[in-house]
Amino acid sequence: METLWFLIVALMLVAYVVLDGFDLGAGAIHLIAGKTDAGRTAIIRAIGPVWDGNEVWLLATGGTLYFAFPLLYASSFQGFYLPLMIVLWLLMLRAIGIEFRAHSTSEVWRGFFDVVFCGASALLAVFFGAALGNVVRGVPLGKDGLFFLPLWTNWRVGPEPGILDWYTVLSGVLALVALTVHGALYIGLKTEGDVNTRARKIASALWPVQLGLTLLSLFASVWANPALATNFKRWPIGVAIPVLVFASLFAMWRLHAKGNEKYAFLSSCAYLALMLGGAAFAAYPNVLLASGDPANNLTIYNTATGAYGMKVGFVWWSIGIVIAIGYFVFLFKMFKGKVDMAEGGYGH
Amino acid sequence: MESALLVHRLHFAFTITYHYLFPQLTMGLAPLIVYFKTKALRTGEDRYNKAARFWAKIFGINFVLGVVTGIPMEFQFGTNWSHFSQFAGGVIGQTLAMEGVFAFFLESAFLGLFLFGEKRLSPKMHWFSAFMVFAGSWLSGYFIVATDAWMQHPVGYERLANGSFQLTSFWALLLNPWALWQYAHNMSGAVITGTFVMTAIGAYYLLSKKHMEQARLYIRTGVVAGLIFAVIQLFPTGDGQGQMLAKKQPATLAAMEGLYTTTEGAPIHIMGQPDVANQKIDNPLSVPKMLSFLTYKRWNAEVKGMDAFPKEDLPDNIPLLYYSYHIMVGLGTIFIAVMLLSAFLLSKKKLYDAKWMMWILMLSAPFPYIANTAGWMTAEIGRQPWLVYGLLRTKDGYSTLVSAGNGWFTLLGFMGMYTILSILFLFLVYRQIASGPEAAETHTKEAAVAV
Repeated sequence: METLWFLIVALMLVAYVVLDGFDLGAGAIHLIAGKTDAGRTAIIRAIGPVWDGNEVWLLATGGTLYFAFPLLYASSFQGFYLPLMIVLWLLMLRAIGIEFRAHSTSEVWRGFFDVVFCGASALLAVFFGAALGNVVRGVPLGKDGLFFLPLWTNWRVGPEPGILDWYTVLSGVLALVALTVHGALYIGLKTEGDVNTRARKIASALWPVQLGLTLLSLFASVWANPALATNFKRWPIGVAIPVLVFASLFAMWRLHAKGNEKYAFLSSCAYLALMLGGAAFAAYPNVLLASGDPANNLTIYNTATGAYGMKVGFVWWSIGIVIAIGYFVFLFKMFKGKVDMAEGGYGH
Repeated sequence: MESALLVHRLHFAFTITYHYLFPQLTMGLAPLIVYFKTKALRTGEDRYNKAARFWAKIFGINFVLGVVTGIPMEFQFGTNWSHFSQFAGGVIGQTLAMEGVFAFFLESAFLGLFLFGEKRLSPKMHWFSAFMVFAGSWLSGYFIVATDAWMQHPVGYERLANGSFQLTSFWALLLNPWALWQYAHNMSGAVITGTFVMTAIGAYYLLSKKHMEQARLYIRTGVVAGLIFAVIQLFPTGDGQGQMLAKKQPATLAAMEGLYTTTEGAPIHIMGQPDVANQKIDNPLSVPKMLSFLTYKRWNAEVKGMDAFPKEDLPDNIPLLYYSYHIMVGLGTIFIAVMLLSAFLLSKKKLYDAKWMMWILMLSAPFPYIANTAGWMTAEIGRQPWLVYGLLRTKDGYSTLVSAGNGWFTLLGFMGMYTILSILFLFLVYRQIASGPEAAETHTKEAAVAV
């Protein structure tokens, strides 16, 4: 049952990263790919009807994590207090940016909110990547399963790390690049004309960087935390995950070069899912690794809620998620196709 | 470490008080918008659609602010109340996760359809999306109230040796009697906010002689619904909540009412100041025996005073609790009077011409916000010194590893961020009101890019 909930939380996280990932990425390239006011409006319109629903996946994932693994939630949210508060402020700034840009009639303020939106989106991508880096690298968990991390460190990975060191910054940059490409492919899919061309150029330019950073982070992860290799030794089939990661990267490149926008974007979705899947596979059954004594690792077993709770939770969760997926399929169908600038946006 | 506890309490209190300014209006407006859409569908009259469109704009702005300020609430369970989450997450995590999976997805998906889909959807489907937005926001409210209700009156759990709570009955948690009363009382309070805001904007238009037809529709709808819900707020929901309090949290009731000593035929204090040092109410204006009657339906029933409970089990801020409660009840009474008077004038066909009444209705809009906030303060300060009533004390629930300094830093950060949000919010709402219902149609083209 614990394993089942581990998979559920991992899947919901993948859904969040794949969905909100493209609008974060679109936000990160908003200024460059949009270029003109009209171009930027096109980008906002491409994500307008869905970004808010995408962000709900973060809340739903958080809620599910909270009830299935209360100790993990309690420990990590306290330990990552400062970066999480920064994430909250960035999420607010981003919503302010996108919302008020739409309501501003003055060019000056539209430009200002464009910068707010773009900056907050890019920084969020970096912070999410760094967060994952922290989980993979390990944190100084005590015997009670708790910790508190300072923001700044001496940039070295060690038994007493901080939020930002060379490894987590590397993860953050990789996340930014990967989500930017993801967002650029989405914008390519949803727009026409100049914006489309610029978005495609960005994806082409960043692809080699993404490949290089993926390769680098693979080695860096095992170097920063050798324990990550254990599961791959125990279940050699797991080696298929990194292989598939690179396969999806190359598929993305080929499809993108051929101009197959839809499948290039889907390959990017697969890439993100596989990267997260790989991290989850390497960590299992741990959910938060201790940088010191491995006996202090938080696992799915010592953080999970009771058996009854997990059982009834599974019943309502299954029903709820089927309905939710139904909404999303319907919503994306309603707003499918390229953004039509002449029509003046969606509906009304 | 006492100061860290205080900071964490202020942190949560500030962010949740600010947050609840927005959901109370969206939950209150949602059924009124469904009413407009229903009338539009039945009568085919365009004025109802126009009204629905205008209020959907106001709803949309509030919804975004509600989401943006709501995300920190979920985070804070872990960041600021880590030990509480560690112990109680297995139980209240159920309702919080259900809110995400059932209510949030529904609400956000259908709000997109409702706001941007009027031309793409058939009238029936558009009505349906309005209804689903209403259902989603009210469902969301239920899960949150059920979460709070478990903290007020824990049910369906067992406690393990390590101190953590485990769920033993899903239905007991979901159908907690506390949750049912609190939900009814809370939602009726939200509708009161919705109706007062609606009449206030209607009154503003009438006074400025603009959009007269729409203004009359807003006032009529607001006054009729406002009167119904102002009465429901007092009876049965307020009364039911009070009786439940007497049974399950007698110490809270005593502190709210300022009853220091156990009394037969206890009076109710309409005014007066609690004097904590001398354990009495200064300068009281009281109705004799009323409290006994209201609580137990007998004039001479004994009501337990604060002296009947150990000091460490009494709420830790009695004056604030007393004032919050009295402000809530006092305002609730005034709401009934205002709406009753307006409904009387409406039935005599004199309401729209009564300028003085228009001024009252226009200026009344902020007060339901105050009453709802005071109501929640009564519930939450009344629960003290417990996080989970009778089981887990507030001082044992906060994040001990987050220092007071870090707490102050982020609290101040939120205050700054929310100040900016307030300015932007007021600007947007002001512009929406200024451009009026006639313009709601053309403006959506611009606004259509963001929820």
